[in-house]
Amino acid sequence: MLMSSRETDKAGAELVLDRKPHHQGVKRRSVRSETVTDTEANTRLMWVTQIYAVRDTQDKEAFAALFSHFAPRVKSFLMKSGASHDVAEECAQDVMATLWRKAHMFDPAKASVSTWIFTIARNRRIDMLRKQRRPEPEDLPWGPEAEPDQADAMALQEETDQLGQALAQLPEKQRTLIEKAYFGDLSHSEIAAETGLPLGTIKSRIRLALERLRHAMK
Amino acid sequence: MITTMKQIKHHLTDELLMGYAAGTLPEAFNLVVATHISMCDECRAALAEYEAVGGEVMMSGEPVGLSEDSLEATLALIADNAFRKEEAKSAAKNSDIPAPLQDYIGGGLEAVKWRKIGGGVSQMILPTSKDATVRLLKIPGGTAVPDHGHNGTELTLVLKGAFADEEDTFSAGDVEVANEDLQHTPVAAPGEDCICLAATDAPLKFNAFLPRIAQKFVRI
Repeated sequence: MLMSSRETDKAGAELVLDRKPHHQGVKRRSVRSETVTDTEANTRLMWVTQIYAVRDTQDKEAFAALFSHFAPRVKSFLMKSGASHDVAEECAQDVMATLWRKAHMFDPAKASVSTWIFTIARNRRIDMLRKQRRPEPEDLPWGPEAEPDQADAMALQEETDQLGQALAQLPEKQRTLIEKAYFGDLSHSEIAAETGLPLGTIKSRIRLALERLRHAMK
Repeated sequence: MITTMKQIKHHLTDELLMGYAAGTLPEAFNLVVATHISMCDECRAALAEYEAVGGEVMMSGEPVGLSEDSLEATLALIADNAFRKEEAKSAAKNSDIPAPLQDYIGGGLEAVKWRKIGGGVSQMILPTSKDATVRLLKIPGGTAVPDHGHNGTELTLVLKGAFADEEDTFSAGDVEVANEDLQHTPVAAPGEDCICLAATDAPLKFNAFLPRIAQKFVRI
């Protein structure tokens, strides 16, 4: 995972980074301590609170905080998916505006903020870059009317945080393939063509990576 | 809807769930996936995990700076669109099929414009992007769909009734994922019509001579 300013501010002392940068300069955290995990999970809960502030009081300060953290990552995601600088910028603004409009639909017991923003960005990418409609599953009949359970929401934010850490700790070959599958807008066969690796190898590496991630979330 | 949830035994593959989460599948496949997930809690939960992976992949990327006035521009965008409040898609009411599929049909099964394609089988092709096709198929009980193999991937989701092939029996909510290796002759279970949603990213290969000619006309 990347060393962002919030981590530097809050947990810098507890982080030990790999000396050797690899894969486009993304640094990997090699030590995981309870303190870091708590801080990270708290950050995730803070994002939830910020979305509630946007939803309930149209709080522009909370929105600005979310914007400064997420918009640059959304833009990066879109550029890795093949969007130009300008298109990615426009698209990232649009994604963040959608966050504002859909804030009342966010349910922290169903998705963490990072997951939710990812799905908005993904849908926008399909709209804009592939010019396709995006069929979505219907909501569960019992719906999101009730205020989500606090403990469920908390557990989900923590799990997602563990997932992020597990992703950062995957062997590089596996992580690269997972990133290509999400960033690169490529099917497994297209990844095979691009990397020159046999399709079977791609599939088994991705399967291994997913098993590790699932294990980390248990 | 969603009366058959507990009986579903054939689910989406990891590759399809991951592709749907990543947004890399053709629209026709997305429709089958979204329709199955509307009927299947197990795949809905699995999808949530794949989307969480996508979120963490996005978060792990090197951030790219935005232009200086980006936040102001976004707030202006929000002010322009303030009246547009998005609503959650509620579960389809009084309908026999899930909401995402209704959107493509323009209504429930009663709104389907069936066209006969021979052997008692009818179809309606749904409009999607051209990288794959998706159609509704209606197969009378006891009738066989001609023996065929696949060049690419074929997804068949049962909406009503059931069919069986050399692999297994598939009932409402079940999805069969077939690839190059599968050569099969699906037969609708005796009794009610079997209605399926079938998507493919390559034309099917029929083995008999006649269906191959028919293929040109019915666009299977």
